[in-house]
Amino acid sequence: MAEEFVRIENVSKRFGETRAVDDVTLGIGRGEFFSLLGPSGCGKTTLLRMIGGFTFPDDGRVVLDGEDVTSLPPNKRPTNMVFQSYAIFPHLDVRDNIAYGLRTENLPATERDARVDEALAMIRLAGYGARRAQELSGGERQRVALARALVKRPKVLLLDEPLGALDKRLRETMQIELRQLQRAVRISFIFVTHDQEEALSMSDRVAVMEKGRVLQCADPKTLYEQPASRAVASFIGSMNFFDGRVSAITPRTITVQTASLGTFDVPKNGMTNFASGDPVVVAIRPEKFLLAEGSALSNVPGRILALSYLGDRSQLQIAIANAPAPVLASVPNTESQKNFRVGDAVTLSWPQDAPILLPPG
Amino acid sequence: MAGGRGLAFYALAYLAFLYVPVLLLPLFSFNDSLFIAFPLSGFTTKWYAQMAEDEDMRAALWNTLKVGAVASLVSTSLGLLAAKALARPLRGRAALLGFANLPLLIPDIVLGIALLILVSSVSIPLSLVSVAIGHILICLPFAIAVLLSRLEGFDASLEEASRDLGENAWMTFWRVTFPLVLPGIAASLLLTFIVSFDDFLIAFFLCGTDTTLPVYIWGELRFPYKLPNVLALGATILIVSGVMIAFAEWIRRLGASSDANLPLGA
Repeated sequence: MAEEFVRIENVSKRFGETRAVDDVTLGIGRGEFFSLLGPSGCGKTTLLRMIGGFTFPDDGRVVLDGEDVTSLPPNKRPTNMVFQSYAIFPHLDVRDNIAYGLRTENLPATERDARVDEALAMIRLAGYGARRAQELSGGERQRVALARALVKRPKVLLLDEPLGALDKRLRETMQIELRQLQRAVRISFIFVTHDQEEALSMSDRVAVMEKGRVLQCADPKTLYEQPASRAVASFIGSMNFFDGRVSAITPRTITVQTASLGTFDVPKNGMTNFASGDPVVVAIRPEKFLLAEGSALSNVPGRILALSYLGDRSQLQIAIANAPAPVLASVPNTESQKNFRVGDAVTLSWPQDAPILLPPG
Repeated sequence: MAGGRGLAFYALAYLAFLYVPVLLLPLFSFNDSLFIAFPLSGFTTKWYAQMAEDEDMRAALWNTLKVGAVASLVSTSLGLLAAKALARPLRGRAALLGFANLPLLIPDIVLGIALLILVSSVSIPLSLVSVAIGHILICLPFAIAVLLSRLEGFDASLEEASRDLGENAWMTFWRVTFPLVLPGIAASLLLTFIVSFDDFLIAFFLCGTDTTLPVYIWGELRFPYKLPNVLALGATILIVSGVMIAFAEWIRRLGASSDANLPLGA
């Protein structure tokens, strides 16, 4: 984060007994693509609406470019929003939709027209000015909503699940387009989504939310490789969890004892918050497992329960002793890779740095 | 087949029951006789000419139009405010809606008496003003019902988008809400105007000497020689209301087809 541009400070919002947003503090950088990620009901949209001024926090402050905007209405804020439903005005054509927000800017007519033309060109809908909302496809509506917000030249653009209504292929195209657009206009984007792949692929940083709280706020690589908690680890990608206990700590490694995977060393890598005897959760990504046929040199024997062929890779469920659930492993389908079958005996091993140690709970 | 023929006969009888009485009005209005009886004695338009020259009738018509215009405008404006409030989640919404609709269930005769007592106790003179007040009261539930059906299903994020794009609440109303609700407003104006135009009981109690058209017609019925004039008037009203209803339906369809523009509820 280059420079803190948006500051959300101890913000809380209650709806009746529910704490929709519970004491959230976040800093968002200038020109950053920032995502709020979480399951529905986690408070991400409420938080976005408080930044936009559609809902006001019960506690805390929202500071935007040094200005406290906590109690300003939406029309007084330098933010603009792309709504989940796009909210294209049905009684206006595309041009008037995009020009809608320019009335209050008091621009000369020529400049206003120029800005609308520029916006139409930006979203590659130059010939569409006279069309109505119902003559547009979902992707086109989405782009009009984007142009209508960006033509105001906001300091921050807020996007409330803008790709949720699109089909998968269009969504993937729009993800790339949106990211390119953001790089071109260099405006901070705050993007709400429940789709973790979308958040990881588009964002500079992601705040993972659950039950009104931010569980972790980090760049996508850190979130995936060093999740801070079991909740984050299970929400981002798929993950295997094993209960264990720290049995020894040396300056470079932590020795972990588990019922299902045996005893093994994990490089310390900055994980200093464990002491000998602490209970831990060991988390291993499915693609980190190495599989070998039969019981060779590796450590954990198992049997293949189920196998799904996914083209570039196969996903296997492997039963091992003393584990509460089958282990999920994912292997690339390369030429050299053995063809596994259901019922085969295999052994599981993993690179030393694959396990992530998490606090229990 | 016999069953089909029986049903066709039933349907015809049904339609005749609905429309023959009404169609007798224009028929006899062109009959060259003071007496309403068959056989018809000849074609004439003199009753229409007489009607048009009747000063009292013209005054009553003008009174009715004035009251109708005021009652429809005021009840639609108040109805829009009420419907706007009732269209969003609100505590006690069902109770409020029930109270707003209650005047529909109160017999007009009771309302007429109650209003007569009220206006005389606060010494409002019996006039077109008191009639208009009464008509606003009976028109309001109709206005609310029509406008509420238009406002429900209105995507709230359209108004939020307008606020987000820099407009205040008032300009948001004028630039977004009003144009989108306009078909509902037009339908409400027409419907409430017809309710006011049509009302006899409340006007009868409250009009004093400022007769409205229905009260005037009722008065004319005492004079047999004026009956053909009344028939001509009735036929004219029939045609004008037919045109108005067609117009209201046209506007409603216009609104319905523009509903296709409304974004699907997200």
